[in-house]
Amino acid sequence: MSDQIQKFTVTIDGKTVQVDPGTTILNAARMIGGNVVPPAMCYYSSLKGSGGKCRTCLVEVSKGSEKDPRPMPKLVASCSTTVMDGMEVKNKSSEKVLDARKGVVEFLLINHPLDCPVCDQAGECHLQDLAFEHGVGQSRYEFERRTFDKVDLGEYIKLHMTRCILCYRCVYTANQLTDNREHGVLKRGDAAEISTFIEKNLHNDFIGNVIDVCPVGALTDKTFRFRSRVWYTKPMDASCSCDKCSGNAVLWMIGDEIARVTARKDQYGEVKEFICNDCRFNKKEKSQWNIEGPRKISRHSVISANHYEREIPKHTVLLNKA
Amino acid sequence: MARKLLLNNVHIEGIHTYDVYRKNGGYSAVEKALKTMSPDDIVEEVKKSGLRGRGGAGFPTGMKWSFLAKPEGVPRHLLCNADESEPGTFKDRYLMEKIPHLLIEGMILSSFALGANQSYIYIRGEYMFVLRIVEKAIAEAYANGWLGKNILGTGYDLDLSITPGAGAYICGEETALIESLEGKRGNPRMKPPFPAIQGLWQRPTVVNNVETIAAVVPIVNDGGDEYAKIGIGRSTGTKLISASGNVNKPGVYEIELGLSVEEFIYSDQYLGGMKNGKRLKACIPGGSSVPILPHYLVCKTANGEDRLMSYESLADGGFQSGSMLGSGGFIVYDEEQCIVRNTWNFARFYHHESCGQCSPCREGTGWMEKVLHRLEEGHGTLADIDLLWDIQRKIEGNTICPLGDAAAWPVAAAIRHFREEFEWHVNEPKESQIRNYGLVAEKSFQTENA
Amino acid sequence: MENNQRIELPQHLLDEVQRVISLFPEGKQKSALLRVLHIAQAHFGWLSVDVMDYVARLLHIQPIEVYEVATFYSMYDTQQVGKVKLEVCRTGPCMIEGAENIVNYIEKKLGIKDGETTADGMFTLKTVECLGACGYAPMLQAGEKFHEHLTEEKVDALIEAYRSNPVANYMGENQNG
Ligand SMILES: Cc1cc2nc3c(=O)[nH]c(=O)nc-3n(C[C@H](O)[C@H](O)[C@H](O)COP(=O)(O)O)c2cc1C
Ligand code: SF4
Ligand code: SF4
Ligand code: SF4
Ligand code: FES
Ligand code: FES
Repeated sequence: MSDQIQKFTVTIDGKTVQVDPGTTILNAARMIGGNVVPPAMCYYSSLKGSGGKCRTCLVEVSKGSEKDPRPMPKLVASCSTTVMDGMEVKNKSSEKVLDARKGVVEFLLINHPLDCPVCDQAGECHLQDLAFEHGVGQSRYEFERRTFDKVDLGEYIKLHMTRCILCYRCVYTANQLTDNREHGVLKRGDAAEISTFIEKNLHNDFIGNVIDVCPVGALTDKTFRFRSRVWYTKPMDASCSCDKCSGNAVLWMIGDEIARVTARKDQYGEVKEFICNDCRFNKKEKSQWNIEGPRKISRHSVISANHYEREIPKHTVLLNKA
Repeated sequence: MARKLLLNNVHIEGIHTYDVYRKNGGYSAVEKALKTMSPDDIVEEVKKSGLRGRGGAGFPTGMKWSFLAKPEGVPRHLLCNADESEPGTFKDRYLMEKIPHLLIEGMILSSFALGANQSYIYIRGEYMFVLRIVEKAIAEAYANGWLGKNILGTGYDLDLSITPGAGAYICGEETALIESLEGKRGNPRMKPPFPAIQGLWQRPTVVNNVETIAAVVPIVNDGGDEYAKIGIGRSTGTKLISASGNVNKPGVYEIELGLSVEEFIYSDQYLGGMKNGKRLKACIPGGSSVPILPHYLVCKTANGEDRLMSYESLADGGFQSGSMLGSGGFIVYDEEQCIVRNTWNFARFYHHESCGQCSPCREGTGWMEKVLHRLEEGHGTLADIDLLWDIQRKIEGNTICPLGDAAAWPVAAAIRHFREEFEWHVNEPKESQIRNYGLVAEKSFQTENA
Repeated sequence: MENNQRIELPQHLLDEVQRVISLFPEGKQKSALLRVLHIAQAHFGWLSVDVMDYVARLLHIQPIEVYEVATFYSMYDTQQVGKVKLEVCRTGPCMIEGAENIVNYIEKKLGIKDGETTADGMFTLKTVECLGACGYAPMLQAGEKFHEHLTEEKVDALIEAYRSNPVANYMGENQNG
């Protein structure tokens, strides 16, 4: 029976995979894995409508399909373009893609503070990873950067809009986890900012997940204790019995203390099971959890590679810890 | 004698009112179509006419109409794009102000052809006074039985209304227009799905420019073949051109496609030549988004052929030595104008109008504006010119919607054709400031650099 | 709360709101939002959070849906402005016909800079992008009205006219020539 379902054959950077019709190029690449996977800063599989915005996932379609082999004239966003049978795609093997991606990374960084040494996200930041992998070293941007004041969104979440890359993930998360439209983007162009009205939304048991979906350090956990660099903490898989969510989480430990709690992310940084506010913000005692063991961070990231640590002046780290 | 199909009656006193419009043959196309033609007949005539979209892209209208999905039981919509915000363009406003019933008549014909029973005109919010004129004309059309239920007893129903934007160039992009018409931010949608499949309220939708829709009236009246006799090659019919800049007679003109650019600029029937006897320096023939042409490529193509007002001839030479007909926003610059300053001005416009959804446009447009401003002020470096080139190159083709391209092209064309002027701003900052701002600038320039 | 009670459109504008809503199919009343915001802004002078919340209630949508829209479009004022907004176009075709001189002239005449409001709360000066009058440049918009082929004399005259008779921006009342 199963061989009756027609599969599409798609080749990415010379590696071939069979996928269901309707699969996006990005997801086909993720099925192959490794180097052929384009970076994705805005797409999030579980969030309807996400993707298409950051343009880091641009790829070249060098052959449209078996039926119509013409190449596509422009680079396409792999997260929102579906595959055709016989399609051939170039990611890292395309100069055009690497050049455009370098451009996108530079665009994302021109108004970004790059204050990683004092940023909670450092070490697990997708933008940091991206800049490291595809970046251009010295920025050619010589103008004043856009800045915003930090805002407290209620007692649990801090918004540091200056670091936001407008991926819209938190917007989709807030709106898809609740029945009403409650969160959005205000203003437009490079003045656009995410609304601070999520604050009104804290009655929602799952709102804390906006922290986990945020690819950068724009939305952070105010209950994060010790505010340490992430690489000084040890991630442990843990679970608890919870009547609101699955209770499957990650505890970030310093010695015997829980610095913070997050949901479990896959290798692409995506949360598969959202956790509730209670587990995230209020269970900071080890006795409240059943610790399963150390979490393997499979992501190709500075957390594991520890790239970034070298570049941070020592005194900054110390000051920050003090 | 040049023929006019849209503006031929525009000078008749009171033509904006129903009675005068009707007395002068108005709504006869609706009578003809609803009584003697099927919807497919109209689509066929539009195909035969060779009419191409007048909003900028020039896509064949008949073909666009035939792509409209027609699933059983799902309403479909026709939307008229009256957002008209491309700098240099003001022809749709002229048509709607002067002869609003022509647009309404076109809307009835086109809606009938597409099987739409509820159609909307989306007009930019700044044109509120035009909205009122059109809204009044719509009320007249209802009162006289051209809109509403069972029009002319044929069983065809159509509701038509006009609705405003509120200041956003991006809402001229068809999917942003749809979002805006749904009462949302004007963020363009990812395509596919295309509006022809899922547009307004996820229903099949066609979006056409005001002038495109108005052109359906003469096509139905005289037949598509007759329409196609006017023009040249694949540029059939007439086109409204909005002319501005340093010419003697700026304004809206209806021309037969294929008219020579030289005649358009210099003859008394059209722009009447350059103002104050100055010399032509450059021309943007199709609205601020299309490449600027230096004087030697305005009236002649790179091959030395006469440049014509047509889709093909204006694009002759590609982006190397050509431009585009675009929206027909024809901007003329004389020898006194500064290309660097003008490019900066347009860059500021695109920066202001970026919706901010995708990173290359959101960040890149502002960056270009800043670099251009620095160059214009005389504080730039030669490396800035290359930097600008690189930024525009990295925006173009990499964004969600064509606004990114529209922001990149003018910068690319200005550098391509006027690099010396950019370099002059770098090498002779004082001279360039005096040229642009007079002797006052000299003073401020000296104090700044003291 | 007390504040909220004062925020209410008069009956003729509420009727207009209902008419605008009726132009769209049942359940698609959100499509009326942009126009209702124009109505509310003209009546209340600007769009405060209370006014936006009121519009949300009129259309049975969430407040955030109104905030998102009101802050996206450049015609909406989410800060208080003068009774008359003078919006001078500064885009290319107007620029080469002397838009900058007009802006400078108004700045001097009213003693305000671009974006500012006169101390008496009468005039706000704003530079805007192309308004579709490029062939009749330079130009400015005040309320719903376009003033084209501007000269300093014309600016003097129109400022005097608006001073004695400020524009009502909606429903065409008091539209100065
Ligand atoms: C940024 C942008 C702005 C646009 N503005 C307008 C506009 O103001 N009026 C218009 O008719 N088309 C505009 N267009 C083109 C429309 O997207 C669309 O192609 C057109 O309305 C289709 O109508 P047509 O086929 O009759 O030309 C714009 C496109 C873009 C990308
Ligand atoms: S968000 Fe990421 S890139 Fe930005 S400062 Fe924080 S760690 Fe660095
Ligand atoms: S705050 Fe974070 S999740 Fe939200 S839009 Fe900004 S970067 Fe994305
Ligand atoms: S190209 Fe510009 S206007 Fe278009 S979607 Fe991207 S940010 Fe918005
Ligand atoms: S992940 Fe595809 S555009 Fe952002
Ligand atoms: S440039 Fe001023 S109205 Fe068009």
